[in-house]
Amino acid sequence: MKNGVLQKIDPEWFRKRLLVLMLLVVLLFVILAARLFYLQILKGEHYRELSSNNCLRKQRIEALRGLIYDRNGHLLVDNRPSYDLQIIPNDLRPIEETAQRLSQLTDLKAVEIESLVRSNRGPYGYAPVVVKKDITRDLMAVLLSHSYELPGVTIATGARRNYIYEPLAAHLIGYLGEISERELKSKKFPHKRGGDMVGRFGAEKAFENELSGVPGVKVVQVNATGRVVRVLDKQPAQPGHNLFLTIDFQLQQKAESLLNGKTGAIVAMDPENGDVLAMASSPVFSQNAFINGLSGKQWRSLMTDQNHPLRNKAIQGEYPPASTYKIITAMAALEEGVMNRNTTVYCPGHLRFGNRLYRCWKDYGHGEMDMIEAIEQSCDVFFYQAGKALGVDRIARYAKGSGLGEKTGMVLANEEDGLIPTSDWKRNKIGIPWQPGENLSIAIGQGYNLVTPLQMAVLTAAVANNGTVYKPNIMEAVKSVKGGLVEKSSPQAAGKLPVSQESLEIIKKGLYNAVNNKHGTAYWYARSEEIPISGKTGTAQLVGRRSDDLAEGEEFDRKHLPHAWFVGYAPSHNPRIAVSVLIEHGEGGASAAGPVAKEMMLTYLNTDEEKGSAKEADNQE
Amino acid sequence: MFDRRLIQYFDWWLLALTLILGTIGILLIYSAVNAGEQNPLADLYIRQAIWFASGLALMVISFLFSYKRLDRWIPLIYGGCLLLLALVLVPEAGKTIGGSTRWLSMGPVTLQPSEPVKLAVILFLARYYARRLKSDGLVFRDLVPPLFIAGIPFLLITIQPDLGTAGIIALVATSMTIFVKIERRTFYSLAVLVLIALPVGWYMLEDYQRMRIMMLFFPNTDALGAGYHILQSKIAVGSGMLYGKGYLEGTQNILSFLPEQHTDFIFSVIAEEFGFVGSIFMLILYLLLISFGLNIAYVCRDPFGTILAVGITSMIFWQCVINVGMVMGVMPVVGMPMPLLSYGGSALVTVLLGMGLLMNISMRRFTGS
Repeated sequence: MKNGVLQKIDPEWFRKRLLVLMLLVVLLFVILAARLFYLQILKGEHYRELSSNNCLRKQRIEALRGLIYDRNGHLLVDNRPSYDLQIIPNDLRPIEETAQRLSQLTDLKAVEIESLVRSNRGPYGYAPVVVKKDITRDLMAVLLSHSYELPGVTIATGARRNYIYEPLAAHLIGYLGEISERELKSKKFPHKRGGDMVGRFGAEKAFENELSGVPGVKVVQVNATGRVVRVLDKQPAQPGHNLFLTIDFQLQQKAESLLNGKTGAIVAMDPENGDVLAMASSPVFSQNAFINGLSGKQWRSLMTDQNHPLRNKAIQGEYPPASTYKIITAMAALEEGVMNRNTTVYCPGHLRFGNRLYRCWKDYGHGEMDMIEAIEQSCDVFFYQAGKALGVDRIARYAKGSGLGEKTGMVLANEEDGLIPTSDWKRNKIGIPWQPGENLSIAIGQGYNLVTPLQMAVLTAAVANNGTVYKPNIMEAVKSVKGGLVEKSSPQAAGKLPVSQESLEIIKKGLYNAVNNKHGTAYWYARSEEIPISGKTGTAQLVGRRSDDLAEGEEFDRKHLPHAWFVGYAPSHNPRIAVSVLIEHGEGGASAAGPVAKEMMLTYLNTDEEKGSAKEADNQE
Repeated sequence: MFDRRLIQYFDWWLLALTLILGTIGILLIYSAVNAGEQNPLADLYIRQAIWFASGLALMVISFLFSYKRLDRWIPLIYGGCLLLLALVLVPEAGKTIGGSTRWLSMGPVTLQPSEPVKLAVILFLARYYARRLKSDGLVFRDLVPPLFIAGIPFLLITIQPDLGTAGIIALVATSMTIFVKIERRTFYSLAVLVLIALPVGWYMLEDYQRMRIMMLFFPNTDALGAGYHILQSKIAVGSGMLYGKGYLEGTQNILSFLPEQHTDFIFSVIAEEFGFVGSIFMLILYLLLISFGLNIAYVCRDPFGTILAVGITSMIFWQCVINVGMVMGVMPVVGMPMPLLSYGGSALVTVLLGMGLLMNISMRRFTGS
């Protein structure tokens, strides 16, 4: 061998070293293979058993769902502790014995327990099976004292949703339901697993992400009977955020009591920003019943009830707008130049058009009417004339411009569009050309028109605030558990009413007179001495034009009574609340809906004043 | 200009093995992130496939030119890699995941410079040793430059901290040095020095790293932290038994007992789902890969090529042994990807570049300079 730097080294020199290297490599791989053999073949049974009956378990720490408050921080929804009776199938040894003992202590049958556990045990049998949800404290005490003879039986403490004032705002707040297989697969709920509750309806659904929080994890070691021996690792859950709704607790309570025994809906809004101050729908349902699990019978009765208690009529109920629609017709007539402030129409109590007689609600007629008087007294003949001159399509343009005929776009799901017909629509949908006579019905809100109480509230609020159509908002703020602001709402303008300020003043004058003039349709029902109110009544005919044609004697079917509307705002010159009231089969718009709206306005404005003066008093101290 | 012999001598077997292992890797990552409940990482296997494809392209580039022409560029490559490595330590540039700052964000991709640094060190050492070969072996003086070549990146990676990658650099550098022969007396004195240095090194480790080494010997004392990984991994491997539980059926995998099963613990997925048979099959594939690499060194007539091939092969070898050993509970849990199998773009591309260089050496074994 040469010394010094080798330029041309003998390859054999390397080759010997490489052979040694290869030998070392093979040796180490043999050691690895031996280790594999030891783990998988010699100890394979042992580890297989450990893996299928792993004594280390990852348990989830449930995240507390966020609380729900009203706009003033009044707590509406919280969580209460609950205890679920669970069984871990692998730890039941044997299943028959435990089921037998358990049946002696509870009202469950041994067979039931066995079949429940057998059908729900997962592939490996150590995911707990819930046997009975929400057991009483007494039963829990009994079970705990017998725990030594009940291997595999555990009691999971959890939190259950509690609707404190249920059924207050049941439709708005909504309820929870068990997550479905499909939702689990949809990956929309990454932190949920089977048996978890998710928002099903109302704000609970709309704000699911904000409210639900993120569960934590703990690693625990369990003994042979499935009891936790010690907690090895813990990652705490992140509780859900708290939701502050825009509704006012007292006003909401008022709305519900006003609707008690009736079928219908009330929406109250802040005209300055679109905040929903109250949203009630009647009849109501029990939210807590959903949390506890409805029986088949309860569910069927809710589903088949003709008054549709599960439906939020404020956003899902579609009704003919009746005379409240005259606000739209007036807008169209003034803006299109078909009529002006001084146009008068003589009302003899009817209008003959073609070979049909179109009646005014007032048999003997209103006499000479201008626009303001026509709105005030809701003269049909005046608006027949307007409709005749405008035609359906021009009216539809103003209705759509005011947000009718389409969803308001608020966060609550299942909102309905309503319907604003046009001549094209009728040709395409029904296949019959538009008849000139229908222009007359449309102008007074009868015919194909359908609106939701919420849409009418938005329209009324827009009239009140001189033209801004706001997207209705129910979320005041979302705050973290520690009180930090996560999300704050800001008013969202969806558009402007297609009307000039001048025309709007005429309409507003009419709305003011309707309540405050002796001839006004709502004078006797909605006028307040304390606060000036403006508004419009509506009586939606459901069959024929004259109900007394049908009704003979006292046996009058309630289903044929007209729906009652009232939309309005107060105080007239500086509006702070807009209200839309619909009472199904309430008969007279003025008599059935008017007083309800008035109560709502007075309640809100009076409590508001009290709060204002209380604040002042605070300031003086 | 283009020599037909290049194709004649091309190592098709090495290419085939690389493709097979990379594909198995993607399938295993799919299993690791998709078994059981929905996983936010479910699409990782697609990313791995994209990395694999781009790595293959780079691999082709790395054997198109003769590796001998690299000689001049090696210091530049080494310097560039060190620069990236240093950049990780700049607070604005480095990206921290799980307490370690190992990554650079570059637009849509995140680069882990410590991976290509391994190759740069191997290249630089091969270049140096090829010029210093002595049949009596290297003496102290000869070993000072390699100490810096490997030492600088070693320290930079240790402070990230990434014990696994730093350890690999040390192991590969040591392997290459011993391969080219150290003079006898120098070797013994170095051995004594290392024995003295070990306790000092122990003292310098982070608590969690010491814990993990301790766990190796006493896995049941703390089942929550370091011991949890080892115990769960052993359960996964052992429960695979002879034939495994089947693809996508691993219960340890499905129930997420194992963290990082798509990266460092990917071998546990094979062991659990394909059992002893599958695991031995995988070990044989890797043994083949390593013997192909050593064979390339064996038939190469050029010292630089031989030493380079040994360096690359030893990188693959050590990563395999440490990773599999760690999964089976005979090595401490350190960040150590399984070559070609584990999820991770930088590591995959680095290994593919290494494979490209091996092919490069192999196809030019009979050509002159």
